[in-house]
Amino acid sequence: MAPLTRTAALGARRHIRAATVCLVALGALLLVTAIGLTIGEYPVTLGQLPELLAGGGARIDRHILFDLRLPRAVTGCLAGACLAMAGALTQTISRNPLATPDLLGVTGGASAAAVAVIVSGGGAYRLASGITTLGVPVAALAGGLLAALAVYGFAWRHGVDGFRLVLVGIGCGAVLTALTNWLLILAGINSAAQATVWLVGSISAVSWDQAVPLIVLAALLVPAALTLPRTLAVTQLGDDAAAGLGVRVQTTRLTTIAVAVGLTAAAVAAAGPVGFVALVTPQIMLRLTGGSRPPLVASALGGALLVQAADLLGRTAFGWEVPVGLITAAIGAPYLIWLLLRRR
Amino acid sequence: MNAIVSSPPARRTPRRAPVLLMSLLVALAVSVALSLVLGSNDLGLGTAVRVLLHDDGSEAATIVRDLRLPRTTLGVLVGLALGAAGVLMQGHTRNPLADPGLLGINAGAALAVALAAQLFGIGDPRGQVAFGFAGALIATAAVFAIGSSGRQLNAVPMALAGAAVMALLSTFTSLVVLSDNPTLDVYRRWVVGSVSGRDASISVTVLPFVVAGLILAMVNARALNAVSLGEDTARGLGQSVAVSRLVGLAAVTLLAGAATAAAGPIAALGLIVPHAVRAVTGPDHRWLVPCSALAGAVLLLLADVVGRLVAGPAEIPAGITLAVLGGAAFVVIARRTRMAKL
Repeated sequence: MAPLTRTAALGARRHIRAATVCLVALGALLLVTAIGLTIGEYPVTLGQLPELLAGGGARIDRHILFDLRLPRAVTGCLAGACLAMAGALTQTISRNPLATPDLLGVTGGASAAAVAVIVSGGGAYRLASGITTLGVPVAALAGGLLAALAVYGFAWRHGVDGFRLVLVGIGCGAVLTALTNWLLILAGINSAAQATVWLVGSISAVSWDQAVPLIVLAALLVPAALTLPRTLAVTQLGDDAAAGLGVRVQTTRLTTIAVAVGLTAAAVAAAGPVGFVALVTPQIMLRLTGGSRPPLVASALGGALLVQAADLLGRTAFGWEVPVGLITAAIGAPYLIWLLLRRR
Repeated sequence: MNAIVSSPPARRTPRRAPVLLMSLLVALAVSVALSLVLGSNDLGLGTAVRVLLHDDGSEAATIVRDLRLPRTTLGVLVGLALGAAGVLMQGHTRNPLADPGLLGINAGAALAVALAAQLFGIGDPRGQVAFGFAGALIATAAVFAIGSSGRQLNAVPMALAGAAVMALLSTFTSLVVLSDNPTLDVYRRWVVGSVSGRDASISVTVLPFVVAGLILAMVNARALNAVSLGEDTARGLGQSVAVSRLVGLAAVTLLAGAATAAAGPIAALGLIVPHAVRAVTGPDHRWLVPCSALAGAVLLLLADVVGRLVAGPAEIPAGITLAVLGGAAFVVIARRTRMAKL
């Protein structure tokens, strides 16, 4: 009995550890978001926040908060959470720590479509005009979903196995990246610069137009994702064992992929392919919580925190507004390196 | 011991491998000929050979000797290098997603090229070679230092360290590129990868590195077979895992570093070619390394020729045609065939 008790104790300790990590991440996320809401050309104090959020306070303060800063904060949180969850799902199902939703074709398709719209939409200064503010997110969403459908369709052959899906994803990704690069070369230099900013991932110009669709999609997809872990855990045992335990392997896999694709497409349409969140957050949270595969809830909180902190830093630390995708990579990469070094 | 390592029963080479190798040699000769003959000025094969042997001062001679020969030579070198590097990288990390760029090579070279453009206004291939190579080497050294901090050169930490360093460097590259449109202009042309517009001096510069890298890669192939049976088995067979990893990664660095410095990051090649070749030869690296190298060269030359012909007087860079054609072909192969797992 002794080993069993010890396993149980270890399991309990791991749960406590995971819960602690989640709580700390949540606290940090709330704090960073609150600070982000107060900072800008028109400062609002932390003390004013509760009153303003409840609908009181001066009209100009409410306008600044609700029309300018809140959509940005919401987009940052949700985009980060969606990307990180999609990363955790992709890494789990392909059993590959390097796997990201990029492999499913979503970001490649979204990028090619968005760049095509930006490049064909004329000069740099028209980005704020009606066509492109509405056109880019819609194009990105459509391109992302279409490409994902193509990848899944090509990978289907009496079912989809993780390895073939990864290979097909590599092939389609190569084609889409090449097309995007070709568009960038053909474009005028100003359009190319605008497209490059989008490709890095940026939330500096988002309004409720982008935030609301993201909220709706996240409200549908995040709960769906949270129902997956139990069946996913069984599929980790291998296809045959899982089938023996009564899990429908193909259905689970299709559902997981669909959810990951949806999460990624929603985030990318609103914020662009924010770099590194999907790759690094699940790996960091896995190491912090000490489980056997990337944790979903912890990853979502970690992703939201990473994007939110990156946005705060990008707005305040430099002379110009550095796109959030650059900062997420600059924060995430050294942290991953440190985690690797510490395992010595 | 060596006898056991060289022919483990599970890895007996199918007869297809030698056939593939011979076919690839023929295909390479054909591609070289096509690359010398075809273009916006089509020359007969006879003319091409004649002016190649004897410079008669004609326009055809100028086209072949000054434009197409350097371009073809570079295409062969870069293709050989990336094909071989891809196999080694995937073998050592045992990860189908690994490509030569994973060691930080592309990212390091890209940052160096972007900085060279911004700080010194360097935008021509000849100036970019040295910067690209230096950047690649520095980045790879960083990946090695971080990824090997444990006792062994383990595959997963190395791959993650590569991804981390890559992300960090690309961030800096994006910062540099976004801050200045002329730099972006140089960078966007470099980053797609191309073998055009390079004069012969570039091939001469990278030749020693590619040759050294190919030799190391062939030497490493046998050890890699043992390592891919599992680290414990390899140790049991008397192989030092650390030494073979070190040799393999050094070869990758030389090959991919030189190729990227000379032609820009042609990422799809090192990623795709090994998978396609593995589907024919099986997992024996003594066949995989030479076959992938040759296949890389053939594919790059053909992509370059197609890019010259498709767009009329304008050209599509080889990196783009390669990724589009190679990627599409790869999807077909991955669908039809039962791909060999690593």
